[in-house]
Amino acid sequence: MSSPPILPKSTSLSDIGNLSRRQRIASIGKVVFLAATLLAVAALAVLLWYIFQRGWGWLSWGLLTNPPSRKPEKAGLSIAISGTLWIISLTLLVAFPMGVASAIFLEEYAPKNRWTRLLQINISNLAGVPSVVYGLLGLGIFVQWLDLGRVVLAGALTMALLSLPVIIISSQEALKAIPWSLREAAYGVGATRWQVTASHVLPAAVPGILTGVILAVSRAIGETAPLLVAGAAGFVTSKPSGFMDSYTTIPIQLYNWMSRPQTEFRDLAAAGIIVLLVLLISMNLIAIIVRQRFSSRTRW
Amino acid sequence: MATEPRTGSGTQTDALPFFRPGGSYVDQKLLRRQHLTEKTVGYLLLACAIVSVLTTIGIVVVLLAQAVNFFADVSIVDFLTGTTWTALFQNQQQWGVLPLVSATLMVTLLSMLVAMPIGLMSAIFLSEYASPRTRAVLKPVLELLAGIPTIIYGFFALTFITPSILKVVWPQTSVYNVLAASIAVGIMIVPLIASLSEDAIRSVPSAMREGAYALGATKLEVSTRIIVPAALSGIVASFMLAASRAVGETMIVALAAGSKAQMVTNPLQPGETMTGYIVQVVSGDAARGSTIYYSLFAVGLLLFVMTLALNIFSHWFVRRFREEYE
Repeated sequence: MSSPPILPKSTSLSDIGNLSRRQRIASIGKVVFLAATLLAVAALAVLLWYIFQRGWGWLSWGLLTNPPSRKPEKAGLSIAISGTLWIISLTLLVAFPMGVASAIFLEEYAPKNRWTRLLQINISNLAGVPSVVYGLLGLGIFVQWLDLGRVVLAGALTMALLSLPVIIISSQEALKAIPWSLREAAYGVGATRWQVTASHVLPAAVPGILTGVILAVSRAIGETAPLLVAGAAGFVTSKPSGFMDSYTTIPIQLYNWMSRPQTEFRDLAAAGIIVLLVLLISMNLIAIIVRQRFSSRTRW
Repeated sequence: MATEPRTGSGTQTDALPFFRPGGSYVDQKLLRRQHLTEKTVGYLLLACAIVSVLTTIGIVVVLLAQAVNFFADVSIVDFLTGTTWTALFQNQQQWGVLPLVSATLMVTLLSMLVAMPIGLMSAIFLSEYASPRTRAVLKPVLELLAGIPTIIYGFFALTFITPSILKVVWPQTSVYNVLAASIAVGIMIVPLIASLSEDAIRSVPSAMREGAYALGATKLEVSTRIIVPAALSGIVASFMLAASRAVGETMIVALAAGSKAQMVTNPLQPGETMTGYIVQVVSGDAARGSTIYYSLFAVGLLLFVMTLALNIFSHWFVRRFREEYE
């Protein structure tokens, strides 16, 4: 132990003697800590209860299949859903290979020197940049400088840059969890670095990597601000059919409904939130199942 | 996998190199090809890792380059010290950013007041008090809070916290107000503080706990006088990261705090944060190349600098004050 433990400063001798009083205070402490935790849980419960009781009556197939409309009874999420699918699949296509490759580079290839450390610090700082700033980056580079306009491609590239640090960090964690003995065994029989990585380390790290990617994607699905800035349109009447079409996504359609004053649109927004939550919860369940299925097989 | 005891690539060579008369024991061609593969893969991976550096450079360059355009029209001193922000008034635009900063700081402060005690106490409860079974239930529930998209919190703040809680307690509350947004941001960052603080608390060696128990300390005394001080660097770092998240939080404040840029003194009044302003402008139609368009990037730059400072400070704090055990 490098430094002595911090000694309690305020304990007076008389206090030490009064055991029953100290135990009474301790039991109050436990209740307070439990109450704080339950308060957070209660906040979640109230939030969910409120959303469900407000949106339940507005749930219908029309909500999933109708295009947006000025009349709340006819408005639906169909175009937003296809926009979200476009954005997310394109984001995944870019960010998944790139993120995993960066993680492999940092964990398996990079020499332990100053540059690698800088790269690592850079990535952890990127993970802390507010998402709205990524929106400005997308607006400045993809929409304006490359002149793509407010289209699917620009939005997806913005989201890819936003998800990249999250995917890199979680993939690194997954790679770190693979014990060195596995690599050493492979090196020992003469495998090259790439052979070790591709045939031994990566397969073992797949569940961890997939879990991280699914969580990153579910975060990306709920992101609103970056796409709002980097060019999702508020009112789109047709589904995107290519990279260069304008688009809207589920959260942006919901934001559009929420910011209208009519209560009907807000009820509809609550129903839309239920759709979004169901989507996110099922993705998280998939992540949990992936983790449990694969990890029960190997024990290091 | 590799059944051949030779170079182990799985590619078949014509003859076993061992029996080639006068030849080397190693298949030179295979070796060269492997070497080429190694080099190519290495550079490809490096190229992917470089993208994250380019992202950082991209953020800085885009924000700076566009902010320079903005500061061609507006003096940087007026921007940083002015107390009137009337960007959307056509003829009398004033660009003093302090109202936006004041709202941002107010939201950050109030949300931290909500989140710090709840987050830290949950962390202590989960690591010191909860049985493994309770913990296995409560921890995923807290993580669920972190997974909820912020737009949902914004909706909750606007349509539930304000009318059903704040209006009941303080009838003079405005429809859009800073307090509701702050409470929602606070709920959102509780799990961040709880999980990072819990990590810090768990890394305190149990020898310290046991030593204190052996001296007759109660559980509360161990928690508050031994564990928390020992894990303080990690706890403070979690507060910093949470504050940075609150500064950058966008949709909650855009929905619930309103879009009236004024110096915020009363949290029951509306206020516009820096992020809220960015959303307000992009929701309208600001012409590309106008001062309003460039102001997005000037405000974004200030936001980026503030969050970066908090993040760097948090990392520095951990490195500087971490107690190394064993």
